[in-house]
Amino acid sequence: MVAQLLFFLLAIVAIAAALGMLIARNPVNSALWLVLNLFCIAGLYLTLNAQFIGIIQILVYAGAIMVLFLFVIMLLNLAELPRREDIDWKRGAAFILGMGVLAQLVYIVAMSFDVLPHPPAAQEAVATGSAQVLARALFTEYALPFEVIGLLLLVATIGAVMLAKRRFV
Amino acid sequence: MLTDFVPLFLMMALALGLALSLLKLHQLLGPKRPNLIKTAAYESGMDPIGTARERYSVKFYLVAMIFIVFDVEVVFLYPWAVSFRDFLAADAGLGVMMVVSFFILVLGIGLLYDIKKGGLEFE
Amino acid sequence: MDLPLWATGLIGFLIINAMLVSASVLVYAERKVSGYIQNRPGPNRVGPFGFLQPFADVVKLIMKEDIAPRAASPFIHSLAPVLMVIIAMTVPAVIPFARGFVIADLDVSVLVVLALTSVSVYGVTLAGWSSNSKYSLLGGLRSSAQMISYELSMGLAVVSVVLIAGSLSLVDIVEDQASGWAILGWNVIRNPVGAMLFIITAFAETNRAPFDLPEAEQELVGGYHTEYSGMKFGMFFLAEYVNFFIASFIIVTLFFGGYLIPFEPLFAHVFYDNGLGWLLGVLQFFALLAKTAFFAFLFIWVRWTLPRFKYNQLMTIGWKYLLPIGIVNALVIALGVAVFEALGL
Repeated sequence: MVAQLLFFLLAIVAIAAALGMLIARNPVNSALWLVLNLFCIAGLYLTLNAQFIGIIQILVYAGAIMVLFLFVIMLLNLAELPRREDIDWKRGAAFILGMGVLAQLVYIVAMSFDVLPHPPAAQEAVATGSAQVLARALFTEYALPFEVIGLLLLVATIGAVMLAKRRFV
Repeated sequence: MLTDFVPLFLMMALALGLALSLLKLHQLLGPKRPNLIKTAAYESGMDPIGTARERYSVKFYLVAMIFIVFDVEVVFLYPWAVSFRDFLAADAGLGVMMVVSFFILVLGIGLLYDIKKGGLEFE
Repeated sequence: MDLPLWATGLIGFLIINAMLVSASVLVYAERKVSGYIQNRPGPNRVGPFGFLQPFADVVKLIMKEDIAPRAASPFIHSLAPVLMVIIAMTVPAVIPFARGFVIADLDVSVLVVLALTSVSVYGVTLAGWSSNSKYSLLGGLRSSAQMISYELSMGLAVVSVVLIAGSLSLVDIVEDQASGWAILGWNVIRNPVGAMLFIITAFAETNRAPFDLPEAEQELVGGYHTEYSGMKFGMFFLAEYVNFFIASFIIVTLFFGGYLIPFEPLFAHVFYDNGLGWLLGVLQFFALLAKTAFFAFLFIWVRWTLPRFKYNQLMTIGWKYLLPIGIVNALVIALGVAVFEALGL
């Protein structure tokens, strides 16, 4: 019950943050909304008992990738977009309401045809979320994809250095 | 379990309370007498020239990019480190060690390349 | 600990207050130690031996005017110090203070510490950017580049610890060090390179000398907090002192046996047999505090002894020395663990 409540709370904040990211006129504010969104997603992982993935989400996305985004925004000196004066709020509200009704309709139709995915039982989630289970799969069954990730990361570093070191004449 | 994290969130909320009350106290007790000179950006006594938000060296971008790559590498090493003893107990230690060693070797080449190309050189 | 929520809240509240008091003690200690290192008495006017100086400082900071540049982004300008304080004050939740005494006993607590450390880069970057001043922005960029560079080596040092303990929980990591005679089980003995690596990176992550490029008050203006005044500056200051206190706690927990008392395995059963487990807990807490105080002193001592690195030296040390050493150390420790397991030790 508490977990369900928490899920809806986190989901609503995540969606609001995503909207905030799209609407924000200032690129830094936009990036900060995205950070909030990533934190909510980490919280959603926690509600699924995937502690390791949840913390890694913060460590990698919030702690590394968004820092790069912020650096790029600062380096390029992206200016604030001018505020639009001609937004029709009535139209926006109508759009959101319409989408809500559409989502409800789709949900009811999908329910009646029984095509909705069934969420995994809680026991299953406990077994898949820990670092040990992840390691067992990653280093044995998926060893080859793991090595390919290594090569991919190698390409990424080489690409970054090539781009930054290129001399534009 | 999610409930394990509740004390952590509680601590975070308490810390937020502390920070906000410090800010509020500061606002209540501090004087408020701004003037044009006081609210100018600091520039060693000169009048500030232009805005601070200009373009800066691409070096910082490069460091952040290379950081992401190696951060992902280190993140992949945590599951390995946690269950290395389990792998040893299951007689899979050698195979896993080789998998991880190759992974580290590949990224080691990347680091060597970055260093040789001067990607991490700050004059 | 299985306590009701209100009790956890009360303990958390007490710990945050204890952190505030220790921060003021550390500020006093730093000024006094630096005074004696430079052959002068240090603060000695407010209260006996100047002991009330930090409290006078806090009152002064709160009564000061809050000045922000008019071109600054007001919300983010206030958000940055708040973020720093939250992160500094949240980490104590996962530190085991004595056997069975930890606020949030998580399976991944060591990763929580690293995640919070990585998020603290935002405080620095945003403070630099939001001020809209050239000194702040440059200082912020430089120190955030420094922090992310040293985060990697810190992560690798943690990997080597996790390899030995086989767990991501700080409680398990401490208990794993209880094996072995006297202090031989401590990770500093089993993994000395990792310990050195972690201590060095801890200095860099907390922006303390010789890695205090963001401050560098003698040659630069002041770094990312140039445009902060009053209590907002005070919050950065508070976060810095709490951070290096917490860093000392983490160093002790990971490498110096945490709350374990030296020779504890020899006499711990005496306490448990006589129903005096709580007394052992109290003694463990004081053992932890004593070890932590030593490292806090080390932080101060190093600051007033070593000169600051140049920025290019700092990046060279981080990427060309510490990172490769960290990688090799993790592999060597893994081999060591394999050999010890094979020998059945």
